[in-house]
Amino acid sequence: MKVQGKAHVVGDHIDTDAIIPARFLVTTDPAELGAKCMEGLEADWVSRVNQNDIMVAGENFGCGSSREHAPISILGAGIPVVVAKSFARIFYRNGFNMGLVLLEVGEDIAKLRDGDQLEVDTARGAIRNLTTGEFVQCIPVPPFMQEILDAGGLVPYARQRLSA
Amino acid sequence: MPQTIAEKILQNHTREEVRPGRIVRCRVDMVLANDITAPLAIKSFRAMGAERVFDRDRVALVCDHFTPNKDIDSAEQVKTVRQFAEAMGVTHYYEGGNVGVEHALLPEQGIVGPGDVVVGADSHTCTYGGLGAFATGMGSTDIAAAMALGETWFKVPPSIRVELYGTPQPHVSAKDYMLRLIGEIGVAGALYKALEFGGPAVEALSVEGRMTMANMAIEAGGKVGLFAVDDKTVAYARRAGRSGNQVMAPDAGAEYERVVDIHVDDMSPQVACPHLPDNVRAVDEVAGLRIDQAVIGSCTNGRIEDMRVAAAVLKGRRVADRVRCIVLPATPSIWKQALKEGLIEIFMDAGCVVGPATCGPCLGGHMGILAGGERAIATTNRNFKGRMGSLESEVYLSNPAVAAASAVVGEIVHPSHL
Repeated sequence: MKVQGKAHVVGDHIDTDAIIPARFLVTTDPAELGAKCMEGLEADWVSRVNQNDIMVAGENFGCGSSREHAPISILGAGIPVVVAKSFARIFYRNGFNMGLVLLEVGEDIAKLRDGDQLEVDTARGAIRNLTTGEFVQCIPVPPFMQEILDAGGLVPYARQRLSA
Repeated sequence: MPQTIAEKILQNHTREEVRPGRIVRCRVDMVLANDITAPLAIKSFRAMGAERVFDRDRVALVCDHFTPNKDIDSAEQVKTVRQFAEAMGVTHYYEGGNVGVEHALLPEQGIVGPGDVVVGADSHTCTYGGLGAFATGMGSTDIAAAMALGETWFKVPPSIRVELYGTPQPHVSAKDYMLRLIGEIGVAGALYKALEFGGPAVEALSVEGRMTMANMAIEAGGKVGLFAVDDKTVAYARRAGRSGNQVMAPDAGAEYERVVDIHVDDMSPQVACPHLPDNVRAVDEVAGLRIDQAVIGSCTNGRIEDMRVAAAVLKGRRVADRVRCIVLPATPSIWKQALKEGLIEIFMDAGCVVGPATCGPCLGGHMGILAGGERAIATTNRNFKGRMGSLESEVYLSNPAVAAASAVVGEIVHPSHL
């Protein structure tokens, strides 16, 4: 999959209460959760986002609560990819399970700035910064997690296991 | 090869070779979810085509976050969970009069215990590490898969050994040890890693105190926070109705990525300032800050010994006029014990609000939400921006003695200065 969109930069240690505050966890609907994405960071943050835009985050993105509503709300806001310096552990699994593409890039995160136009090749984990011409290669996904991705996420993976 | 506690427990639950960095599939002893995370798990469970849970005795559904249901939407979510529990014949379903904060409730009921592998759709599932269980939080879909398959996958974490030495001063407890550690290693200091605690100051802690520490392993990014199983743990598990639990310690020569030493002798009560749990100061450095609310409870510090500590401070004193002091004993049996010991009367005489067992205000759910510009001191585990209400509110994290003393003075204070 190739995604092209504008980068929206957020900081280090963005917690899941910032991504989707607990008061909105009375639904599992992606559109409703998407409308409140990042509401714990800044009121009405989501209004700046267009379909297929890309979130660019610092260290330990998604720390805190295990709420799967967090990746669902990002997807619901129209953001298919998050690029981060690093991810918090529970969020990392949740993202994969929900089909949100997570690319870890380490220090290269500095090459991606707010408002830059990015092109992401999700299969190759390659990011081209169309604004600056710079290129960023993400850290590869462990093979077992790639298997889950290839199956189409954890739901189809478990369905295969259950029917085997 | 000598093994850490994390490696030992995982090895007992898989045929694959356990070694840090490897991905292994493990059997799970208990799978849990709550009223926020279970509805999503049920959705995924159905989408997987699963028809029944792998073992009706090994699934726990605890409706503790927005309960007693705060509004129609949360009532609908609990209804979904209740109907699922009924349809699956789930043994451990909790709602209403039998419900407690999940991570206080399940250990007390003997539903989780030493040596278990536990996965829960709640990040504070790591609490059971205090009992010597490999317990960790995951998202709802991972939990749905575990409920269907009875197994999950883990990347075996490398371990960080934390050694605690010394004897604490009055009003210093397990919470302070943990805040100090998080302040030292940071909120990502144990990212993807196991924390393993030991040393004389840990041996001296009650099992409840160890659970307070393990509870906040996630606040350092950790996968688990593990304690050895000693005679105290075995006795705790026996009281909770479990049998056959045995002592367990890491092997001599087990490999650690890092060793952190913490000396507790000269430690003051610690306070985590807004807006991250690693922004930790000694209480005297923030003394004098006015507070609007104190919250004493949660899966971190809502157990009977926490209630005793708070009551000892509040006895014969009054909460400051413009302060709300909210006390939430974490389970029905803790509530009842507090009543028997006269602690509830002390809280009421002091002018506290004593509420039901619920996660409530900890996550800004209900029963104690902060307005813009308000400040709370809380015995909970997170002080992220907006965690307890308005984005313009502030949460300071402390032990129960500091929270209770601050409620009396109306500003953050060292309990010895009352």
